[in-house]
Amino acid sequence: MFRLLKKNIKVGRATVRYEPGISKAPEGFLGAPEIDPEKCTGCGLCVKACPTDALIIKDDKAQDKRTFFLSYGDCIFCGFCESACPYQAISFKGKFELAAKSKEDLTFFFPFNFNQCEKDPAFVGQDALPFKRNPDFSQNFSKSDFAEKLSLDEIGSKLKVKIKSLLGRSLHIREVDAGSCNGCEIEAVNLSNPIYDAERFGIHFVASPRHADLLLVTGPVTRQMELALVKTYAATADPKWVVACGSCAINGGIFQTSYAVVGGVDRSVPVDIYIPGCPPRPEAILYGIFLALGKIDSSNCGENQLEKSGVCKRI
Amino acid sequence: MERMVEILKKKFGDCIGKSSDAIPRQLHIQITKDVVVKISRFLVESLEMRFLFLFASDDRKESHCFHLRYVFSIHHLDQFIVLCAPVREEDVTFPSLTPFLPRANWQEREVQDLFGLVAQGHPDPRGLILHEDWPKDIYPFRKDFVQSGKIPRQKGEYIFEKVEGEGVFEIPVGPVHAGIIEPGHFRFSVAGESILKLEIRHFYTHKGTEKLGEGKNPNQLLCLAERISGDNSVSHAAAAAQALETLCGIQIPKRAQCLRVVLLELERIYNHMADIAGVVLDVAFGFGSAQLARSRERAMRLNERLTGSRLLRGMIVFGGVRNDLLDLDMKFLISEIREMKADFDEVIQILWNVSSFMDRVQSTGMIKKEIVETLGGTGPVARASGVDRDLRRDHPYAIYHELLFMVPVFTEGDVESRIKVKMQEVYESFKLIHEAIQGMPEGNTCVAEVATLKPMRSALGYVESPRGECFHWIATDQKGKIARWKIQSPSFSNWPLIEYAVLENIVPDFPVINKSMNLSYSGNDR
Repeated sequence: MFRLLKKNIKVGRATVRYEPGISKAPEGFLGAPEIDPEKCTGCGLCVKACPTDALIIKDDKAQDKRTFFLSYGDCIFCGFCESACPYQAISFKGKFELAAKSKEDLTFFFPFNFNQCEKDPAFVGQDALPFKRNPDFSQNFSKSDFAEKLSLDEIGSKLKVKIKSLLGRSLHIREVDAGSCNGCEIEAVNLSNPIYDAERFGIHFVASPRHADLLLVTGPVTRQMELALVKTYAATADPKWVVACGSCAINGGIFQTSYAVVGGVDRSVPVDIYIPGCPPRPEAILYGIFLALGKIDSSNCGENQLEKSGVCKRI
Repeated sequence: MERMVEILKKKFGDCIGKSSDAIPRQLHIQITKDVVVKISRFLVESLEMRFLFLFASDDRKESHCFHLRYVFSIHHLDQFIVLCAPVREEDVTFPSLTPFLPRANWQEREVQDLFGLVAQGHPDPRGLILHEDWPKDIYPFRKDFVQSGKIPRQKGEYIFEKVEGEGVFEIPVGPVHAGIIEPGHFRFSVAGESILKLEIRHFYTHKGTEKLGEGKNPNQLLCLAERISGDNSVSHAAAAAQALETLCGIQIPKRAQCLRVVLLELERIYNHMADIAGVVLDVAFGFGSAQLARSRERAMRLNERLTGSRLLRGMIVFGGVRNDLLDLDMKFLISEIREMKADFDEVIQILWNVSSFMDRVQSTGMIKKEIVETLGGTGPVARASGVDRDLRRDHPYAIYHELLFMVPVFTEGDVESRIKVKMQEVYESFKLIHEAIQGMPEGNTCVAEVATLKPMRSALGYVESPRGECFHWIATDQKGKIARWKIQSPSFSNWPLIEYAVLENIVPDFPVINKSMNLSYSGNDR
């Protein structure tokens, strides 16, 4: 007992302060890719290197247009684009507070002049690029195989606003793994460790969806987990929030094209908040949860310096 | 090895076809499918080889047949034997190995589900990977499977094995569990508190990863490999990278080999710390779990500082390691592991003197050595039951053959010895990182010219991951594209063991047993 106390005193307080928008990630953390529009020529080499649909190029020769899309919702933060860029236009500066209320808020587009791009020695035409889908921002849960099991309560969504103000200081979360690789689980578990200690914010993980206000869903939703996810959603009392945590949960991430995957949580149940990251670090999950609770000014969310300068536009 | 082929030819005559040892330490032998059981029996019983795993591939385009491959190892010779048996499209049956080698059970059922080949004489031919709502005549791993739109769901029910008798009842658990863990279903049959039978029903997280890898370029495949099982990112990526490099005959620079050892051991450290923390949490010893979770977070922050990713992702690339570690980082790493070791030591010393903790872990979840050997258990779980096996020592890769380390083995096979194995391995990993850094030469971390994949080749890559033996087998087609990627994860080998580990234990001890084995659902389901 004495040794136990001694160790506790020796270690002292381990918890790290977290203030949304102010706290920085520890040194070394890669974070999200950021594009310097002054250096970017729209050549397309990064699109070729990108293993998911995070970077997309759509050419329109007739209109002399080339549009370059960057979507944090599809990014797995591997860093291949940074190595591929011949102009050092892509950099990772440890940005992690990426959560947003819609997939549009996670996507940025950069317009280019096609003819000018073509002059670039590094130019890659759209035909030489791997096939990538068009950006898709819809929530398709009504087309799910189990759509009839969803009871979408209109009153519930109105109540949410009220509940937010009443229960903003106590939130019960049920974590649902809908087929993730367990990376997101590692970080969700870490939320309860002494370093991140989510309980200090009144956030508590519960054992049953019946006790929960919020579902934290990870994974691309596999075909074999879809029913379980829909049933868990149905078992959660209204009003409720759903947070899609991690790249897979937003659009299916790297598993998007698999036969065994539905491809994103919002194809099965309605989603309120999307948290990009592969996996999102614990603070990034906290940021997303705060955003769901309305503790963070939503006009700030997904804020990007590029957008401020008017070079790129959010869709 | 030529002698071995001769012995086989003498014994089995025409049934033995061409053999090829184009890839060092990996001997391929063509056989006919009807002698599979006989040859396997001969290899295992007379030549004392160990059966590792089997898998199928669809090569109907090239040779009008499927192929079944059976991988064996001779551990004292550092040699792998791959038997390759063609299965013609007209007759998709093959003789089942399961009655003789029970560890082939899940693997043969996997082949049945994904390729539509039929294992004749299999004692339990129920569906495994694809659940009952998957249409009966669609086999996703066949090359002619094209997904157009949604695959319809059909009606069907999985029949659990029943235990009947007075006072026996069932407890269904999952797939959505009470804690923050992955999905899977457990069906307990209990009488009072003690467990009479456990049947596991997994594959809820099946994502078709192996199929997704087909046609990908090497580095994209490694991205995917990192996401087979999040906490074993480096192991899976390193095993896949090794398979690709062996396939092309690339020798990666020595500095890259040293760096891979550092990464693999860093991964082992944070995994084992989390496992011990999990067991301590499940026996409700708050002090221990908080301290160990803190140590683990420290390890993850170290990962982050060194590589930019908390799970060490994005470091292993085809032909080496992407980023070099700077001298500054090395110094930081050395001082950090010294402090982490002292800290870990203090917590473990306290833990081992808490009787309430020891009471819960001693003689809980016993797995006998015979069970491990029969079902092909691997990793710390096997080593805790007296099976002295470690790929790092028996089939060294990277620079493990130059490093000195101990492989901890305990014989009791209970939760306590599994924790002891993991604890000792953490200490060994600290030592290994030290050694690897000390012996690290200057130079490149990646081969200068990254080669394209050679056509019509195949190779095995392997890594001793924190959970045990992890094998990746990659084959290319005529155009040099990846045609088949087989992942044999340690969880796939170890999950069946848990059905035996829980017998005669009480239900409340199940989480402790489960955590002490810490198997990955995603790694298992892929």
